[in-house]
Amino acid sequence: MLRFLIRRTALGAVVLWLISMLVFALFFVAPGDVARTIAGRQATPETVALIQHRLGLDLPIWEQYLGFVGRALRGDLGYDYYHQVPVTTVIATAAPITLSLVVGAAIMWLALGVFNGVMSAIRPRSFVDRALTVFALFFYSMPSFLLGLLLLYFLYFQLTLAGIAVFPPGGFEPLSSGVGPWAQHLILPWLTLALVSAAIYTRLTRGSMLDVLGEDYIRTARSKGISERRVIVRHGLRSALTPVVTQFGIDVGALLGGAVITETVFSLPGIGKASIDALTQQNQPVIIATVLLASTAVVIANIIVDVMYAVLDPRVRLH
Amino acid sequence: MSTSDGPGTTPGAVVVPALVSTGDDPLLRLEHVSKSFPVQSSKLFSRGHEFVHAVDDVSLEVLPGETLGLVGETGCGKSTLARCIARLYDLTSGSITFDGKDISHLSRRGMRPLRSEIQMIFQDPYGSLNPRRRVGSIIGDPFAIHGIDSRAERKKKVQDLMERVGLNPEHYNRFPADFSGGQRQRIGTARALALRPRMVICDEPVSALDVSVQAQIINMLKDLQDDFGLTYIFISHDLSVVRHVSDRIAVMYLGHIVEVAPTAELFEHTRHPYTRALLSALPVADPDAADNRERILLVGEIPSPTNPPSGCRFHTRCPKARADCVRTDPALERVFDDGVEHQTACLHPLAIDEDMSLSRPQIEDSEIDVASIPDQEPTTGGSQ
Amino acid sequence: MSLDPTGMASAAGAVDDTGDRAAAPDGKAIEGRSPWLLGWQRLRRDRVAMISLGILVLIVLMAVLAPLATTITGHPPNEQYRQTGLSPDGLPLGPSSSFWMGTDDLGRDILVRVAYGARVSLLVGVVSTGIAVAIGVVVGLAAGFFGGFVDTVLARFIDVALTVPFLLVAIALVSITGPSLTITILVIGFFSWASVARIVRGQVLSLREREFVEAARSLGASDPRIMFVDILPNVLAPVIVYTTLLIPVVIVVEATLAYLGLGLPPPTADWGGMISDGQKYYTTAWWFIIFPGAALLLTTLAFNLFGDGVRDAFDPRADQLLQ
Repeated sequence: MLRFLIRRTALGAVVLWLISMLVFALFFVAPGDVARTIAGRQATPETVALIQHRLGLDLPIWEQYLGFVGRALRGDLGYDYYHQVPVTTVIATAAPITLSLVVGAAIMWLALGVFNGVMSAIRPRSFVDRALTVFALFFYSMPSFLLGLLLLYFLYFQLTLAGIAVFPPGGFEPLSSGVGPWAQHLILPWLTLALVSAAIYTRLTRGSMLDVLGEDYIRTARSKGISERRVIVRHGLRSALTPVVTQFGIDVGALLGGAVITETVFSLPGIGKASIDALTQQNQPVIIATVLLASTAVVIANIIVDVMYAVLDPRVRLH
Repeated sequence: MSTSDGPGTTPGAVVVPALVSTGDDPLLRLEHVSKSFPVQSSKLFSRGHEFVHAVDDVSLEVLPGETLGLVGETGCGKSTLARCIARLYDLTSGSITFDGKDISHLSRRGMRPLRSEIQMIFQDPYGSLNPRRRVGSIIGDPFAIHGIDSRAERKKKVQDLMERVGLNPEHYNRFPADFSGGQRQRIGTARALALRPRMVICDEPVSALDVSVQAQIINMLKDLQDDFGLTYIFISHDLSVVRHVSDRIAVMYLGHIVEVAPTAELFEHTRHPYTRALLSALPVADPDAADNRERILLVGEIPSPTNPPSGCRFHTRCPKARADCVRTDPALERVFDDGVEHQTACLHPLAIDEDMSLSRPQIEDSEIDVASIPDQEPTTGGSQ
Repeated sequence: MSLDPTGMASAAGAVDDTGDRAAAPDGKAIEGRSPWLLGWQRLRRDRVAMISLGILVLIVLMAVLAPLATTITGHPPNEQYRQTGLSPDGLPLGPSSSFWMGTDDLGRDILVRVAYGARVSLLVGVVSTGIAVAIGVVVGLAAGFFGGFVDTVLARFIDVALTVPFLLVAIALVSITGPSLTITILVIGFFSWASVARIVRGQVLSLREREFVEAARSLGASDPRIMFVDILPNVLAPVIVYTTLLIPVVIVVEATLAYLGLGLPPPTADWGGMISDGQKYYTTAWWFIIFPGAALLLTTLAFNLFGDGVRDAFDPRADQLLQ
């Protein structure tokens, strides 16, 4: 097991290293002069050169890259010149927001998706199944930004017009302001993220459950007289959930790097929004940091998922 | 009674690995062929590789026109041996000579011309045909691969072959899914015969078929052998099937050949305890005879090919095991006064009409104290 | 439904298994029914899939015949009608007899722009998916078939491509090079190939062990021949299913990029772009978002429904693969 873990971590590190090089390379192909943009339009060439030197931009690429890696490994992700704060601060401020969003939505979509999937699977081709399938298909086809806008329109705008001002149009309230306001500002974003993912998970769970329920050992359990509910939950769900859980890990990992679209639609200053803003501003250190952060989240999530898979399924360990 | 401790120790016996018979040169000769596969150890922290010794020091000859049966339990290495002969695997050691040419080290390109001479019929009628290709295309594959003939000529030849193996040539454009298991084996046979090979290795060709169909396929194979002048190596775990088709039979156990003999000899004058055990398990039609035959029950399970027993590999299950069986791996050679075509690898082979059901092994599980075991046979230098 | 009538007869103990010498059950049985033909027949019977196909055909027609919309309404897609198309305050006008779907913030006819927007979505959808599948199949085939070192290297590539946070890097790329149709197509194509490759690789790895591959080797077939004649046909079915389901994903991605301001440069009509522009007006001009949104949703829905139908018809066991 340890060997497995080490090998996976090493692979993950390689992947991250390659990505960091890729991103770094992107910026040296990019037009646009960071130093000049910081210096402002009125700056003299000397000022610009000075800033360039300060930023280390006059060094060859590979020196800059090595410098970056060295500092990053020590926890220093660079300095955000636009906001005049270290990049780590930018991320630290944005992270809790993304975290609130993703964790909340994740719980919602997992519960909803799995429940619907199971309901569908235990009564295949029934009305319930068909209805849930249609529901899943509908949200599965919906681009998340469209869903967000539609939710804003109907649940915020129309309701507020009608006098029921439950949902705010966006923005974030930290937990410190109280759970109420915090949740209130997050419900629509949660729904946006969760509904689409729930649809995916409904389909996934349904498929997986159907496969498992067709297995011989389920038939055996039933013939032993075990109650149907127990058969489904105890015996069926356990194996059926394995692919669902692995997918869940991967999805959450990906989203922790920033739920870009949802944060943009609802003006939530999370990591996703920070990356988009950084891109428009050509804020290089922040861009690099967020891309790496997102990749790291995915890599770690993958490793966790692989380990869990190995724990659940001994065959995987004997690679 | 054999007194040898190893090859070459019995005076006068020439250790000839080949089974030399009079007259013809063998079409195929295997000398000390071994094939091992590295295996990832299941222990998490192991360092080295372990090896599965699938085929271990096998020497055989096959004469032109004959059918050599190759029998053994699942896992004894017969399929691996088949693939070694067909050069689908590289040999770990040893040599294979076909029609006078050493083919042991030929590259894939080097083997290409020989592909038309050595062909194989596979065991699984469902797996050995590509489900997405039409049958005519499958059978015509050999022609296409070797760039022979035009499309039209190929079609004619393929349909000809189909008829020869008992298929309706109009089904040229059908897919394997439209055929039964027996028919698929006919398709596989047609494919194997397309290039008019000299030798066909039949790897359990009927094991996956219903019994009623087995007979038809076997009869077809026999007829084709006459028509095409083929040499067969017929592999099976079923002795009764092998008996029906083979001129000679070789019995394999755990990668070794333990006995080779002409078919009648093998059944009437069985020498090796393992062979005797296999024979005793064959169904006998006459209920009285069935009741009266000797019942041999082999104790224990087949050892792992990764870690075969020392000395004679069969000693862990042999009713006739003695102390020397643990130390010495018997060579394949004539025993008693058998003809040169009957060779056995056993230190204590069976006499004719010996009732093996009365034998009991005479060794301890762990270390043997040689001196303490009463010996009937004179030992030659085995004890301290 | 039996694909193996003689098989059943054989199992029931019929003696002669060359029974097909007798008259075939129907005269047409002589020509083999290929798996593709069977799949197509199954698909045809699936009503939902056929309806979705019909909708897709209509959408394609709309895209192709977009100029017709201009001819009918008299409004070119990028023409701004500031007098007739905007309210006195400069706000978009709702659906009316002259502007069936209303106008946007610059007074342009939304109906016509929706029609032209279909061109972008379909073009990007099909071409990007095509690129992704082409690359993915080649890489997957090579990795799965050759194994060893080649596989290790290619599998790493696939891993990297799957790990990279697509949206961020795509945005970065587009923001560097500037938005254009070609860039969009290429970027999306280059990020989608990895999932195709992974599936193909998995399939090839298991196919490689099948006995008919061994049989081909024993006949002396070369590696390329085995890859293309024996393995590829068996891989095609899941690939085609995946392709059909990949197109709507690509369309959504393109719309998302456009929504974030990185799609095609204005004034090109593009559904995502229109929704993005309409965002400011969602309280005052619902039609600005709803019509392009509905078109987008309908297109992806139709593709997904059709794709499900294709999957059920051609590769019923594919559920596990497609995630």
